[in-house]
Amino acid sequence: MATTPQEKRIILKNIDQDGYTRDIDCYLANGGYEVLKQTVTKNPADLCKEIETSGLRGRGGAGFPCGMKWKFLDRKSGKPIYLICNADESEPGTFKDRQIIHKDPHQLIEGMMCSTFAIQAACAYIYIRGEFPEGAKILEEAIEEARKKNFVGKNICGTKYSCEIYVHRGAGAYICGEETGLIESLEGKRAYPRIKPPFFPAVLGLYQCPTAVNNVETLCNVKHVFDMGGEEYAKIGKPGNTGTRILCVSGHVKKPGYYEFEVGSLTLGQLIYDVCGGLPDGRKLKAVIPGGSSAKVLRADERYTGKTKGGEEFDWSLEDIPLDFDSLMAAGSMAGSGGVIVMDDTTDMVEALGNINAFYAHESCGQCTPCREGSLWMKKITTRMLEGQPRLEDVDLLKSVADQIAGRTICAFGEACAWPTQSFVLKFRDEFIAKAEKQINENAPSSQPAIAGKE
Amino acid sequence: MSDTQTETEEFSLSSETLAKIDEVITHYPEKRSATLPLLHLVQEEKGYISRPAMEWIADKLGLTPINVYELVTFYPMFREKPVGRRHVRVCRTLSCALVGSHKTCKVLQDKLGCELDGVSEDGEFSIEYAECLAGCGTGPVLMVDDDFYENIDEAKAAELAERLKTEKKD
Ligand SMILES: Cc1cc2nc3c(=O)[nH]c(=O)nc-3n(C[C@H](O)[C@H](O)[C@H](O)COP(=O)(O)O)c2cc1C
Ligand code: SF4
Ligand code: FES
Repeated sequence: MATTPQEKRIILKNIDQDGYTRDIDCYLANGGYEVLKQTVTKNPADLCKEIETSGLRGRGGAGFPCGMKWKFLDRKSGKPIYLICNADESEPGTFKDRQIIHKDPHQLIEGMMCSTFAIQAACAYIYIRGEFPEGAKILEEAIEEARKKNFVGKNICGTKYSCEIYVHRGAGAYICGEETGLIESLEGKRAYPRIKPPFFPAVLGLYQCPTAVNNVETLCNVKHVFDMGGEEYAKIGKPGNTGTRILCVSGHVKKPGYYEFEVGSLTLGQLIYDVCGGLPDGRKLKAVIPGGSSAKVLRADERYTGKTKGGEEFDWSLEDIPLDFDSLMAAGSMAGSGGVIVMDDTTDMVEALGNINAFYAHESCGQCTPCREGSLWMKKITTRMLEGQPRLEDVDLLKSVADQIAGRTICAFGEACAWPTQSFVLKFRDEFIAKAEKQINENAPSSQPAIAGKE
Repeated sequence: MSDTQTETEEFSLSSETLAKIDEVITHYPEKRSATLPLLHLVQEEKGYISRPAMEWIADKLGLTPINVYELVTFYPMFREKPVGRRHVRVCRTLSCALVGSHKTCKVLQDKLGCELDGVSEDGEFSIEYAECLAGCGTGPVLMVDDDFYENIDEAKAAELAERLKTEKKD
């Protein structure tokens, strides 16, 4: 029997510990803001180097190297630099940032102030989703506490460096998580993502100024990189996949929740069975979405074969897949936002996809025709497979709609909404055909108006 | 038209909200950025965003009313009509659906006497679906106004409905 993988809690270290509270006194008693005090005495360029050395990759979804993102910031323009914390946390299956905000807000604020100093930002915003009213209040209170102690605001820790943090609430639109949509929203407009090029945030971001947008968990990690040094940090995890990762497990497991591990230190099987207590009694694993709802679904009874980035051959069962950015990509999906959704053998895959498609149809911002129309049609087709009058061709039609979205849109939502349909239909084709057949038989023409066959 | 005009004349905000509005505008180098915060503040006080409210906000920020209106129609949390005194939002997205959020929602509809997207006859309750509320590990999750509730299965939904009904204002 394999031993239960050990959690390695860096970000979640204090969270849920007995007696740990979110106020600044408790944070200070646990060594809080010591890293910031050290950081502001250092050279900002050296600090950015540390982040590069650490190999820290973004935890918001794309896994982009944080050091490189900061390096792209246009410092020659002379315009003010902004830091934005992406606390929109709306990717279905993801629920880690909310825990950090509610239970350890000062860790985020310290991480942010370390980051603003490193990139010499003039001002920072936390863009928090509208459905976190309590989270927004908690952050505002924490910022106020930190300001009183001179960790935020003017002349931080007695230096010449000044920087404010403001909390900005969204209002229920998922697309505000996309960084350029977020910036538009912060400018007081509809969250229409911007076209890249030319609108890379590092050059033309908020108010057309250089802007770094980073996820909550990424910014918390910055503090720990500065604490231990880039080289030490890079020893955690795997090369190219450094540090820890918070995994959020939901769906059909006995112990859903958030867990923090060294990246790549455990497999999907260990996560599901050893950490999360396995599936409900008598149920079998059917499928897993490993990185938020837009990640491609993985089927339980399949072999995953190929070559890793390093050129090693692999032949994995679903349970064998190591949980790191590169391995999940090699298996045909992605680590994404760390949201692992587990489905057992009672799950109707058409229903599951119908649910996901309803989400994306609701959340498309509507700028690009392939995404706006495609997401709507994917929803319509899955809905009629479930409760209307489908046709057998619908299975292929569904896939062909999805195939025409990805790569033809302004932002990555296009891919995000196409991947579920593409992967569900590919992996569970039989189930989709059986569903369409059953529905056709049950909704035979005699029981339905003749016109209903037409769209 | 005359309707709108009388409403415009009547549109006013508490001094507390006005103070918050003036403060929040200072957070941004460009006033327009304060549109979402102002919409939130107005909705918190009034319960919804009326046409006169949009005009008032536009005026305050030096925008045209369409700049405000287009946000109200884009962002799902802003509403142009009042909802119930207690507003319930049940997560309908996958992780919650896998553990029965639709049943939770049905129980609440029955017990609180309102349809989905509707308001109960006494104006007390309203229910809508929300997309993933970032509590997927403790589903089904829902919000009642600003409060978050986790692990609400059918039995707990029935209890919650009873409690909300006893908290009813007369
Ligand atoms: C449709 C869409 C939704 C996104 N939602 C979020 C989100 O809710 N939170 C987040 O941190 N990043 C989200 N992202 C990723 C951001 O665009 C961006 O990559 C991220 O904030 C960068 O931070 P990181 O480098 O620290 O990961 C989303 C991206 C897309 C395309
Ligand atoms: S891909 Fe979709 S969400 Fe992104 S800009 Fe286009 S329409 Fe909007
Ligand atoms: S799916 Fe319901 S909270 Fe995420």
